[in-house]
Amino acid sequence: MSVLSGWLVPGMPHPYLCPEKNRGWQKLRTAYETARQSIEALDADLLVIYSTYWPSIIGHQIQALPNPVWTHVDEEWHELGSIHYNLRMDPEFAESCREACVARGLHARTVAYHGFPIDTGSVVALKLLNPDNRLPAVILSSNVYSDRAETIVLGKACRDALAQSNRRAVAISVSALSNRLFIEPIDPAEDRIHSLKDDEWNRKYLEFLQLGRLEDVSQLSRQFHREARVHKVTNFKPFWWLAAFMGQNNCYRGEVHAYEPVHGTGAAIVELTPTSMAARDLEYDEDDPDAYAGDRNVLGSLNDAPGMDGDDES
Amino acid sequence: MSEGSIVLGALAPHPPHLIYAENPPQNEPRAECGWEVLRWGYERLRRSLADKSFDVLVVFSPHWQTMVGTHFLGVPHFKSISVDPIFPNLFRFHYELDVDVTLSEAICEQAAQMGMVTKMMRNPDFRVDYGTIISCHLTHPAWDKPIVAISSHRSAKLFNTEYMQANALKLGEATRKAVLASGKRAVLLASNSLSHRHFVTEPPLPEDMSKEHITHHGQYLWDMRMLDLMRKGKTRELIDLMPDFTDQTIAETDSGALSWLIAALDYPEYGADVHAYGSVIGTGNAVVGWDHESYGGRS
Repeated sequence: MSVLSGWLVPGMPHPYLCPEKNRGWQKLRTAYETARQSIEALDADLLVIYSTYWPSIIGHQIQALPNPVWTHVDEEWHELGSIHYNLRMDPEFAESCREACVARGLHARTVAYHGFPIDTGSVVALKLLNPDNRLPAVILSSNVYSDRAETIVLGKACRDALAQSNRRAVAISVSALSNRLFIEPIDPAEDRIHSLKDDEWNRKYLEFLQLGRLEDVSQLSRQFHREARVHKVTNFKPFWWLAAFMGQNNCYRGEVHAYEPVHGTGAAIVELTPTSMAARDLEYDEDDPDAYAGDRNVLGSLNDAPGMDGDDES
Repeated sequence: MSEGSIVLGALAPHPPHLIYAENPPQNEPRAECGWEVLRWGYERLRRSLADKSFDVLVVFSPHWQTMVGTHFLGVPHFKSISVDPIFPNLFRFHYELDVDVTLSEAICEQAAQMGMVTKMMRNPDFRVDYGTIISCHLTHPAWDKPIVAISSHRSAKLFNTEYMQANALKLGEATRKAVLASGKRAVLLASNSLSHRHFVTEPPLPEDMSKEHITHHGQYLWDMRMLDLMRKGKTRELIDLMPDFTDQTIAETDSGALSWLIAALDYPEYGADVHAYGSVIGTGNAVVGWDHESYGGRS
């Protein structure tokens, strides 16, 4: 079992639909092409994607339709055009992930419905990283209520499923870094990171990633969320999942292939390759949960605990 | 051309569970029962509309989420399947609908003139969001009227609920002006729940009503307070409380839909008809009608 490489990729459609409109978007497109070639050179069996563009509420959802086909239009960027997709999923591994999630206490289910709205981020990533469906993929949702423990356990569950399958995977987190965007239309040629503060935080994160310090980045997620993210969800989770799936350490060779603005957001393509050389300055100081036992609900009464399965009525 | 009017305004929430339990032919999953009180509330809303003529449904949906301003459907006809990304097991709905593009453009233009960032959605491949579909279907299942669909600018998340509400109120005013100028008779729908803390698990049988209740007593108290203000016609106070309510109960009013509706109705001082209140997977939902025409189309 192994995760051959890990990736951070952005999910905005601009590098796919209109890279020619901005030099930075073109650089992201070129970096996506580099990523595709790098992944192709690996002897991988599948792609495992965690997309922050796919929110879920009822636990964690896992895409399991063998061959989703649709013409996708982004709800925000509809004027950029339509994306026709014909994807190849791995239902067997999706089910293995679900079972592994449940075994670790998570509420999880597979989804396999024609017309299911696969999110823009996953579609863009798969169109650019796996255009010929050479590898099957699995896509995991990002639960809006989940926080660190739950997300780390989700990553560990994926790792369990991979170990059980004896397969070799590429791990992909689809997410922006800073996600504050301009709320008015802009001239694409004048795109920039929304603020200097966002830019500085993005660059600090990328500096760590360049050094292969994935676990340290994971443990900085809360801070990054406070400083550089619009608080649409509870926290900044893509590195929690990625680090947990890849083994919770700093033993990677990092390479930042591109970092550019997309309508004000921080878009980066980063490659992390496992290596025996550990980065310095290890700061593993957070809990390392192995199973999820629900929210601790430290501020509420017992009756406040969310749950609809009857367990909370005892 | 005679002056247009707002015939009726409604808080018309969009839990897919209500469609699932209703078993319309357009929806693939089948249910045994569920959420009857809310569905009966929608029946009463439909009854209150039955003897009124109207030309168009104007719906503001929390599930068409935009960051760069407010968007409006600008394609005359859509036909597709809508699958709920959260509850795909409950909602896979085959829809076909017409859009009143002329009125859409008029509201879009009016809001732009009032300083808002707006955009028409012209991509024919676009999939109409499930909030719009559910609220329209439950209010008027015949689907024989065109709709205007308005996106939710996520300014509550980008900034705060006060900023969101200021924009939503302006959009409501723009909507009212455009409807009156259009000569059309419009029904307005705010497609949102009230308190919006979900359960994060689902029972094996989704319609098992022994598992259904509001997530938290505090959420219930807040919902009742807001409904009481609606029933008493105290909509100015309702608007004043909206940011606090939204933050305290993580209410779906963060979309701006209810604020938009109240402003479009010009802050009615007559009592609204609360047709039903109930919880859906822990969230608080109410079907509420403002019978605007019966009050002379004025507040």
